[in-house]
Amino acid sequence: MIVRLLLPIALTAILAAGAARPEVAGDAKAGAALYGQCKGCHEIGKGAGDRIGPHLNGLFGRRAASHEGYAYSASMQRAGVDGLIWDFDTLDAYLENPRALVSKTRTSYRGMKDAQDRADLLAYLRSFSADPANIPEAAPTARGTDHTVDPTILAIQGDPEYGEYLSSECVSCHQADGSAEGIPSITRWPEEDFVVAMHAYKDKLRPHPVMQMMAGRLSNEEIAALAAYFKDID
Amino acid sequence: MTLNRRDFIAVGAATAASLSAPAVLADGHGKPRVVVIGGGSGGATAARYIAKDSKGAIDVTLVEPSRAYFTCYFSNLYIAGLTELDDISHTYGTLAAKYGINVVHDWAVDVDRASRTVSLAGGSVLPYDKLILSPGIDFVEGAVPGWSVAAQNKMPHAYKAGSQSELLKAQIMAMPQGGRFAMVAPPDPFRCPPGPYERISMVAHVLKQTNPTAKILLVDPKETFSKQALFEEGWERHYSGMIERVGPDFGATNVTVDPEAMTVDIDGSVEAVDVCNVIPAQKAGRIADVAGVTDGNWAPVNAADMSSKADPDVHVLGDAAQQGDMPKSGFAANSQAKVCAMAVRGALTDSKVFPAKFTNTCWSLIAPDDGVKVGATYEATAEKIAKVDGFVSQTGEDAATRKATYEESVGWYAGITADMFN
Ligand SMILES: Cc1cc2nc3c(=O)[nH]c(=O)nc-3n(C[C@H](O)[C@H](O)[C@H](O)COP(=O)(O)OP(=O)(O)OC[C@H]3O[C@@H](n4cnc5c(N)ncnc54)[C@H](O)[C@@H]3O)c2cc1C
Repeated sequence: MIVRLLLPIALTAILAAGAARPEVAGDAKAGAALYGQCKGCHEIGKGAGDRIGPHLNGLFGRRAASHEGYAYSASMQRAGVDGLIWDFDTLDAYLENPRALVSKTRTSYRGMKDAQDRADLLAYLRSFSADPANIPEAAPTARGTDHTVDPTILAIQGDPEYGEYLSSECVSCHQADGSAEGIPSITRWPEEDFVVAMHAYKDKLRPHPVMQMMAGRLSNEEIAALAAYFKDID
Repeated sequence: MTLNRRDFIAVGAATAASLSAPAVLADGHGKPRVVVIGGGSGGATAARYIAKDSKGAIDVTLVEPSRAYFTCYFSNLYIAGLTELDDISHTYGTLAAKYGINVVHDWAVDVDRASRTVSLAGGSVLPYDKLILSPGIDFVEGAVPGWSVAAQNKMPHAYKAGSQSELLKAQIMAMPQGGRFAMVAPPDPFRCPPGPYERISMVAHVLKQTNPTAKILLVDPKETFSKQALFEEGWERHYSGMIERVGPDFGATNVTVDPEAMTVDIDGSVEAVDVCNVIPAQKAGRIADVAGVTDGNWAPVNAADMSSKADPDVHVLGDAAQQGDMPKSGFAANSQAKVCAMAVRGALTDSKVFPAKFTNTCWSLIAPDDGVKVGATYEATAEKIAKVDGFVSQTGEDAATRKATYEESVGWYAGITADMFN
């Protein structure tokens, strides 16, 4: 609540201040390691496609929410319309605290506090942007998931109607409109990523106690049903 | 004649054709009608889900006297100065505009279960096919001798949020330097088991800022309380020396108050205090009693659909219900409301009914950025809502975990209030 009030001011301030942020020189190699925090949702490099988040090739110089084919949150779209262009300053601010820049973003990353870390990560990201047609030959990070799931489980076709009923348990905390405030967004994920994440909680590989408990009593069919339902909601 | 599907099956006289038709059409009044009494955590959620998911096939009327609902959740943070009263206030416009719910701002004063009607204080009579009661709590008269609702301005309960929360906060801010705040905590079962202890924490936080020599006296008739180890650890860490708890061994089961003299008598020892927050023993909101669905202080329900054990066409949700293992919380009321909404839709239209599932998580704030939580999942058994699995925050957790837990509670607040009112 208190957080929400501060947001529009932060966006205006950054847009108005231009190059107010000191441009720290970054080390792309160190950034590559830090990218491990992003790859659960974002692919980058050759063959990268959209997953939970959009792929990040060609990010620098692009208007926010302008990459075709990815369903951005309403607030990211609004930020794009308002003139948010991804450059060092805006990306630096976004990485520092995504929700401070775009209030109801679906990015559930909490933020990177250290300015040098951000500079390193941005140097890495920039190396995939200079000329999008000529992406460096670094190994693509595609398949960023932290856990594998039995293919027969991944193959289960979920029933979205059942998913809709089950989802009523999720939306007591996760907002149905996809905004992420303290609790991550779970809307419009690719089904496979959703299923993999839920099984990682069920198997107690991911640490969060509420999610371990919630996923723990969902059957494979129920997880598939939820994935099928959340994939398409607006 | 009763006309829901279950009864058709029970009398065994129905043809396949009449089974598949929405049953209540036979009653000759068009759409089936649901009346919901109480627009809080349980009632607003139930009304919204029935209207939203039946897509106009069911007529939903929500009866709620207040035009604004102040959530009790986060009202302790308001007392601590960590949020504004406006931030915990919600109105019913979207429920009417977006879902076509007929929102009636009035009190329900009578329920006639034989003719299936609800009478309102303003004189209207509302017929129903299914009635949902989610009236929250009222206080047991005489539970704390000397206190009555007439004295609630001198000794506020602030256990229904809004003007009472404002009053309690104003009294705390007006305390003399080095003064004494007292709370008389309720016996089990009561609304929000960690609520009184989160409040003690939040009062301690605000006093530490504005009145650091003030003292807090907690008079508690219970041996133990929710998240006790976590609260006690936090009180020692953040508010060392400020809080004194008097339990049953020292007379806390024998307490009277004098609102005129501003004293608390604990088993014969009279303490003068500057602010006294009396949270009396509780019972189901009065309309549940009027409707004749209570047994003692609460309304017993069947776990599978939250229907009253006294009447299959009346459902009781939230604090008022006696359901088994779930605590009386907003999260629980919201969870029960969705199970009930599905069952009511299934009975009145042909929608699918899935097995009941319930969840609860209660977050509490001990100090800014020091949040803890307790939660569990539940299932419906023949006797009750039964706990399946649960967890609780650990003592000694690091600051980052506690901060993330607090941030999660802010997210939950946005989520549940959207799930009730948007
Ligand atoms: C200090 C405090 C902190 C809390 N913190 C949390 C928390 O962090 N998390 C959590 O999950 N829960 C919390 N709770 C508990 C939560 O507020 C309640 O459990 C929850 O609101 C119960 O929902 P309900 O629908 O039963 O009742 P309510 O939400 O109280 O709604 C009842 C409604 O019915 C209306 N009503 C009553 N009688 C009539 C009538 N005759 N006609 C018409 N309308 C009527 C009332 O005006 C009211 O709006 C807290 C409670 C307190 C006091």
